[in-house]
Amino acid sequence: MSGASLLTFARGPAFEVALAMLIFGMVWRLVGILALRRSRDYSEGRKTAGWVSGLRVIFSRSWPQAEFRERVLHWDIVSYLFHLGYAVAILGYLPHILLIRNLTGLRWPGLPGGAIAFAAGIAAASLLALLGHRLTSPVLRKLSNFDDYFSWFIAFVPLITGLMAYYNIGDSYQMVLGLHILSGDILFAWLPFGKLMHVILFAFSRGKTGAVYGRRGAAI
Amino acid sequence: MSATTIDASRPLPAADKQGTVSDPERLSRALESFLADFGATAALYLEACVHCGQCAEACHYYVQTGDPKYTPIWKIEPFKQAYKRLMGPFSPFYRLFGLKKAVTTGELERWQELIYDSCTMCGRCTLVCPMGIDIPFLVLAARHGMQAAGLVPHDLWEATDRAEREGSPLGATRQVLKERLAWLADENAVEIPLDREQADVLVTVSSIEVMKYPQSIVALARVMKHIGASWTFRSDGYEATNFGMLAGDRKGQKDATMRLVNAAVAIRANTVILPECGHAYQAFRWAGANIYGKPLPFRALHISEFLAEEIGAGRLKLKTDSRSMTFHDPCQIARRGGVVEAPRVVFRALGADLREMNANPSLNWCCGGGGGVVSIHRADALRHRVFHLKMQQVEDTGADLLVSSCSNCRLTFDDGQAYFHWDKTAHSLLELVAGNLAEKH
Ligand code: SF4
Ligand code: SF4
Repeated sequence: MSGASLLTFARGPAFEVALAMLIFGMVWRLVGILALRRSRDYSEGRKTAGWVSGLRVIFSRSWPQAEFRERVLHWDIVSYLFHLGYAVAILGYLPHILLIRNLTGLRWPGLPGGAIAFAAGIAAASLLALLGHRLTSPVLRKLSNFDDYFSWFIAFVPLITGLMAYYNIGDSYQMVLGLHILSGDILFAWLPFGKLMHVILFAFSRGKTGAVYGRRGAAI
Repeated sequence: MSATTIDASRPLPAADKQGTVSDPERLSRALESFLADFGATAALYLEACVHCGQCAEACHYYVQTGDPKYTPIWKIEPFKQAYKRLMGPFSPFYRLFGLKKAVTTGELERWQELIYDSCTMCGRCTLVCPMGIDIPFLVLAARHGMQAAGLVPHDLWEATDRAEREGSPLGATRQVLKERLAWLADENAVEIPLDREQADVLVTVSSIEVMKYPQSIVALARVMKHIGASWTFRSDGYEATNFGMLAGDRKGQKDATMRLVNAAVAIRANTVILPECGHAYQAFRWAGANIYGKPLPFRALHISEFLAEEIGAGRLKLKTDSRSMTFHDPCQIARRGGVVEAPRVVFRALGADLREMNANPSLNWCCGGGGGVVSIHRADALRHRVFHLKMQQVEDTGADLLVSSCSNCRLTFDDGQAYFHWDKTAHSLLELVAGNLAEKH
């Protein structure tokens, strides 16, 4: 396949299929979880509005409590570098913004290319560090399954191909760009099916626990 | 159904396997129970985990041993595996392509020590998990399946079975209770009402107190007399420990809960006081109404809450005891129960020099005896290792007196104290209060 036709494919049918899978998959998974049985809590809450605490925990759990910092903060920081770098690269790059504008009508100013490349570089480096951690920590090795490695890979490839396209590395720019877009398509398509879905689920599980502990008046 | 694959390197004694049913039958009972517990909350937790491993860093078992098998979320792996294969939104694919293997009885047997021996359901991991997953909730659900399969550690099972048959896991039967109360009343010249037909307050007890710390009961009687409460014990509803809950026995849990509810309703009590026992509080204060199926028609208070309330109302007056003290917050009462302020109200009323532990009350270390673990004897060595963390935390405060409000913690402290030849004894908050009642004029 030539670079040009790959590009057309990645931008056209592949993108559409990916978007459909993204939306359908997310809805399917969320409904599949939330439609399961829920039991009513008849206990008399100490604080009646548990949901206030639920909402708070969605945000507050973004940073570890003092007691845990010594043991977890360093990896939290690496993970933040990845998430923030990734978010900047996706949402700050002009071509991405144009794509989003075409889809939704929303728009915002982009960042200079150098800043994007820097953010993507940070994201890629931290992702590599996280992989190293996963491969060497006994706890993570025990927990890790196919999804952990596959999702890592699916998240990593768009970063690398994006950087390659930006720095014009590789024989054919069109081919590299085509691969970048295709890898982005695959990321979208895969997102609802594996652990990447935590981008949505984190709010629900934090909120649930926050609400339960909150109505008991327990610190959370 | 696949055949049993028992880990030949470490066979589990038959006593940790109840009944005589076949392995496939055990498995199907476990799965049936798991299915009943796969509600939206469990699903959300099981789906949200990102395998970051941070929960390990909060768990005393992992912190003390460095063994990755003690990673909290790993402890419920078979439950998670069954969920993904049988119930998750993509379960048909998992089954079709064999992406998740079916759980086996052998696997459940191997997990017994993780689900029971090495989780006190203390909830410390819940507070670190970036996804906010409440692991004890999942452990409890996993225990339901294990109990249904007859795969409970034998000593925990025996205690549960006894509680179901005799009304108490430790032999504090109705008859024993009656005799004990009469003897304690006599011996200490204090009135201990039993089986009054009407009283405002139903007091309950942990059989650990009846059998091991009977002075707690005397202390309670003195406090009740001091404040002039209308109260009674009831021989048809006194045991507040709930081993059914700890073992994962839904029926046992329900029966234990309903005995208290019925007794309280019968005497038209407006308040039920739960004893110094962490899981009793959890089982009755937070799970009780859900077992009853509607809001409880009375208040359920931990004894420390009751003491704080009476101090606040000016009915409970204390003498000063200015010794330096530290307080061990029982996990099920503080971290998972929301009672943190009440004991501190008591310390202030005593004018005690309270030296808090280095972690905030909701994050302090578990004593290592909760979740039924203290009754599982093969887990003793592991329990002593985690107790060491607690001991250090207490030592670091430099306080002269160690106080707690859970007789199960107290039992664990006593055992740890003996094991480590430690010079500190855990005291009961209630007994401390009873020993410092101000004279009433
Ligand atoms: S509840 Fe406590 S003992 Fe159980 S896994 Fe979590 S931290 Fe460990
Ligand atoms: S901390 Fe939470 S998200 Fe991370 S592995 Fe443990 S349960 Fe899963």
